[in-house]
Parts: sequence; C-alpha cells; structure tokens
Amino acid sequence: MDFEHVKGENKGKLVLFALSTCGWCKKTRVLMEELGAEYDYIYVDLLQGEDRDEAVEALKVWNPQVSFPTLIVNDKESIVGFDQDRIMEILG
Amino acid sequence: MTAGRSSKEIENYYQGLKKDIEASGYNFSPDEEFVKELLESILINKERYGYEACPCRLASGNKEEDLDIICPCDYRDPDLGEYDACFCGLYVSGKILAGEKRFTSIPERRPGPDERAKTMQEAKDAKIEFKFPVWRCRVCGYLCARDEPPEICPICKVGKERFERFM
Ligand code: SF4
Repeated sequence: MDFEHVKGENKGKLVLFALSTCGWCKKTRVLMEELGAEYDYIYVDLLQGEDRDEAVEALKVWNPQVSFPTLIVNDKESIVGFDQDRIMEILG
Repeated sequence: MTAGRSSKEIENYYQGLKKDIEASGYNFSPDEEFVKELLESILINKERYGYEACPCRLASGNKEEDLDIICPCDYRDPDLGEYDACFCGLYVSGKILAGEKRFTSIPERRPGPDERAKTMQEAKDAKIEFKFPVWRCRVCGYLCARDEPPEICPICKVGKERFERFM
C-alpha cells in the first residue's frame, strides 16, 4: 500500500484511512495538521482493484465496519470517525 | 477544493436541493461551506460511479450493492432520529439547526461488508404470497400495495430502485 506522508512532529505512529470525498476525513486531516503531527494517510476511494482490496482488508482488522476516517495510533488503538476530543488528547 | 467544477455549478446545485429538501421538512447543516464540499463530492461520485454515492462511504462501483448509500441514504432518517445528523453531516435535525446540540461526527450505522452480504441473501430468500406485494421505500418508510413500486416515491422523491419488498 502506498501511503502519502505528511511531515511534522513525531507524535507516535499515526496512520489514517480516509476517503478523498469525505467531510469528516478532511476535518481530521486539518486538525492533525493544526496540531503539527507527522502522519501517513491513504485515500481508499482513489485505489482500484487489488490495491483497494488490500487497503480494505488492512482496515477491517481495526474496524470491521470499514468506515472512514479511521486513525490507527501506534498499531495499538483505532479512532473511528472525527473524534476531535480523542485526537486532541493524543496529539495535543 | 473546486477542482473541475465551477463554484456557480455548485451554488446552483446547493440552492436547488436546499429548496427541495426544506419543502419536505429536512435541513442541511448550517455549515454552508461544509455542505457545499459534500455536494461537490456527491457530484464527483456521480461522475465516477454513475450514481450519487455517499461521499463518506466507500462505494463499490456496483449500483446494486450500493443502493443503500445513494444520497439520501437508507440511514439518514434513523440517524436524524437518533443523532440529529446524517453520517456525513449533510443533513441535520432542527435541534442542531437551532444550536441546541453540537454538530459533530456520528457512528456508522451501515453494517460492514460481511454482514451486508449476509442480509442481502436473507432478503432474497424471504418471500410470502399476498394478493399484492407490499413495497417499502427504504429512505422514508412509505408503504404501498401494488404490483410494482411507483416510479418515484410520492413522499421523499427517491427512485423506484430504492423500494424493497416489505410483505
Ligand atoms: S444522507 Fe448524509 S450520510 Fe446519507 S448519503 Fe447523503 S450525505 Fe451521506
């Protein structure tokens, strides 16, 4: 899977599964960037075929509903949806 | 964020839809910029998939599988009832409009891919015989007993393909 990298301060390993068309995904990215965090993201809707299947399977492990945005923190916790309070707690 | 689409096109789409939905008792979110971005995304999806797939869900590209997430989706009304907003935050209840409740992201009601496949099969298997079949609009719940569902739902105006066999 090819993730896009956003430069910033290292606040742990942050991996965001998102859709390019989704409003809450955009708000999540804006918030993470405001908080200056370094992270990787992938727009699953822009992938096709096997790449998309691979991304969906990887996300399913964390979130069987396969909903967006899902932020995986340090390979330990998943934050599903635009959970402003939790994101600020972790990255603030 | 207006790649490929003029702000005028989006403005017209927004104004037209707003009038229609308000006439049927629905409200868009008061965050106009957010709403316009979602509408633009719906237009992008229409171009990409051939139907107005929900911008906050992963569309499969197969219309049959995505009927439940064509905007307005099957989950809008239950979500408005329980959380005062639809999943994307495009539609909100009067409470949020009046500022009595915070406008934020809500949990996903649509079942995951594995569960959806199971329910689709169950729906296919269940059939009972009546003089007329009863059809249910999956968006607003309107029921009618006739050979075929109507071309357009008389209540919420979605197309025939959004009806399911109820009885
Ligand atoms: S009603 Fe809301 S959640 Fe449902 S498809 Fe439209 S924008 Fe998405």
